[in-house]
Amino acid sequence: MKHPGLINSIKEHSIFEWSKKNINIINKILKKYPSERKQSAVLPLLDIAQRQNRGWLSKSAIEKVAFTLSMPIIRVTEVATFYSMFNLRPIGKNFIQICRTTPCWLRGSKKLLEVAKNETGCALGETSKDNLFTLVEVECLGACCNAPMVQINDNFYEDLDEKIFSNILQKLKKNIKVNPGSQIGRNASEPFEGK
Amino acid sequence: MLKENDKIFLNLNGNHKWNLEGALSRGIWSNTNELIKIGSKSIIEIIQKSELRGRGGAGFPTGLKWSFMPKISDKPHYLIINADESEPGTCKDREILRNDPHLLLEGCLIAGYAMNCKTCYIYIRGEYYNEGVNLQLAIDEAYEKGFLGKNSCNSGWDFDVYVHRGAGAYICGEETALLESLEGKKGQPRLKPPFPAGVGLYGCPTTINNVETIAVTPTILRRGPEWFASLGTKKNTGTKIFSISGHVNKPCNVEEEMGISLRDLIETHAGGVIGGWQNLLAVIPGGASVPLIPKSVCDNINMDFDSLQKVNSGLGTAAVIVMNKSTDIVEAISRLSYFYMHESCGQCTPCREGTGWIYRMMEKMVKGSAKISDIDKLLEVTKQVEGHTICAFGDAAAWPVQGLIRHFKPEVEKRILEYNKHKGAA
Repeated sequence: MKHPGLINSIKEHSIFEWSKKNINIINKILKKYPSERKQSAVLPLLDIAQRQNRGWLSKSAIEKVAFTLSMPIIRVTEVATFYSMFNLRPIGKNFIQICRTTPCWLRGSKKLLEVAKNETGCALGETSKDNLFTLVEVECLGACCNAPMVQINDNFYEDLDEKIFSNILQKLKKNIKVNPGSQIGRNASEPFEGK
Repeated sequence: MLKENDKIFLNLNGNHKWNLEGALSRGIWSNTNELIKIGSKSIIEIIQKSELRGRGGAGFPTGLKWSFMPKISDKPHYLIINADESEPGTCKDREILRNDPHLLLEGCLIAGYAMNCKTCYIYIRGEYYNEGVNLQLAIDEAYEKGFLGKNSCNSGWDFDVYVHRGAGAYICGEETALLESLEGKKGQPRLKPPFPAGVGLYGCPTTINNVETIAVTPTILRRGPEWFASLGTKKNTGTKIFSISGHVNKPCNVEEEMGISLRDLIETHAGGVIGGWQNLLAVIPGGASVPLIPKSVCDNINMDFDSLQKVNSGLGTAAVIVMNKSTDIVEAISRLSYFYMHESCGQCTPCREGTGWIYRMMEKMVKGSAKISDIDKLLEVTKQVEGHTICAFGDAAAWPVQGLIRHFKPEVEKRILEYNKHKGAA
C-alpha cells in the first residue's frame, strides 16, 4: 500500500542526529528491556526519531536508529515500512487521519472526507501547498462508540459531523487550538442524550 | 440487568477521577497484599473456578491458560498485556486504559505473581497516545506508592511494569505477532506450537492476556469465584463490557452481564436502533471478524460465547456494530474486506493474495458488475483462505464475507441483475 522507497531530507543539513533531550529519553527507554535485547526498542526509537524529524522518517533517521540499537539498517527499514504510523515522506503540520472502517462509515465518515478535501484542498495522500495539512484515510482507530472520528497528530476528535469537523479545520487554519475528545461534550463513551 | 453493586468497572465512562486518588476511592489497591498471600496455586484455582474466559476475542478459559505456565524454570517469566485494541467496533480497553488504569495495574501484579512473572509489558496500540500517557502516569504513581517495583505492596514480590507502544498494525493484536513486534521485528505471527507459555518473549515462558481479562481478576479474588460465576450463564460467566456502535441512538460502552439478550442490550443501554427495532437490518455482534447476524436472529439471541457460536457467529470482543435498513450491507462488508487487505501482514500466501482478491470481488458485488456465478466463487475462495494460514487472520478475513453470503445472497444477486439490466438498456 505504501511507497517503500526511502528518501533523504532535502534540507542542507540532512544528517539526522539525536537531540540532547532525546538521548536522555532513549537511555531511559533502553532500561525497559534486557540489555542484550536492545532491538526491542526499535518501535519507540523510530517514534522518537519521527517526532524529532517533524513527523516523518528520512533515510538518515532510520540509519541513526539502526546505529543506536546495533541493528542492520535493513532490519530497521523493514520495521519502518511495515507499521502504518511511520511516514516515509514529509507531512504537513496537521496530519489528518480520517477513519474509514465500517463503524465510522455507518455514521458518516464519507462525508467527513469530503469536508476535509474541501477545507484543505488536498486529495487523499496529499499535503497542502502551505504545508498546513496532510490528508489520509486510516483503518479503525478504536474509538467506534464515538464515531465518526478523526485523528489529527496525536489526538482523537470524536462525535463529529460535517459542521463540527469543518469548524475544527477552519480553526486549525487560523492556528487556533481545538480541544480533542468528544466534540459534543460527553464524557468518554457514555450513553449521551442528543447523540 | 446487571445490578449496580455487581459492576467491576466503576469508572468506565470517566465520570470520576482516573488517577490514584480515584482508584483508592474505588477500593483498588486496598488489600492487594492479602490477595497475593492467597498464593499462586490458589489464585489460579480461584480464576479457574470463576470460569472467566478471555475477553480478547477467542474466549479461552483464563485460569487454564495461566496453569500452562511452567511451575519451575530457570528462565524469566513474562506477563504481556495485549492492549493493541484494533478490532473494528471495539473500544472497551481504551476506556479502562484512560479511565481506570490502576484496575489493570493491580490485575497485572496479581496475575504476574500467580504465574511467577517479575516483568510485565503492556503493549498498547500506537494510536492510543493519550491513553498511553495516562497509563504511564498511573504506573509512575503506583511505583511511588510502592504498589509496583521492589517488594510490591509489601508482598515480598518484585514486579516491574513497562508500557510499550505499537505503531499501527492490527496484526500485532495476534499474540505471537505481538511478541515479534515486542522483540523489535515486523509483526508477523509465529507458528504454534511451541506455544508462548513454553517459548514466548525472548524464548521465555510468556502469557499474553487482554486488558479486560486482567482488569477483572482482582475483583474476582476479592468477591470470590462463586460471585463471578453467579453472573451470566453457565460456562459464560461474569460481566462483560459491550461496545455498541453504528446505527443506535446512543452509542456507548457499557458493562453488562454475559448472556444478556441483544435486544435488551441495545434498547436499554444504547437508546435503541435508529428508526426502531423494526428498522434493524443486521448486527455484527463481536467485532469485524465475526459473521453478521440478520434481524431474524437478532430478535432472540443472547450475548455470550456459546449462544452466538450456535448461530454461526461469535461473541469475539463483544463489539456490537448495529446496521439499520438504511445500510448498504454489501458495502459495509466490502469496507471490512478492504480493512483485511490493508492489514494482512503478507506472510502466508492464501491471506496475502486472498484478501486482495476478496476485496476486489466485493467491490464488484457492491457495484453489481460481478457475475451471478462469482458469488459461489467468492465463497469458495474464502473457504480456501480460512484455515490455511499461520494465524486466525485468514479466518477473520473470510468470515464477514461468508456471513454476508449466508444471509444476504438475494440482495447481492438482486444488485447484479439490476446492474445487468441497466447495462442492457444502455
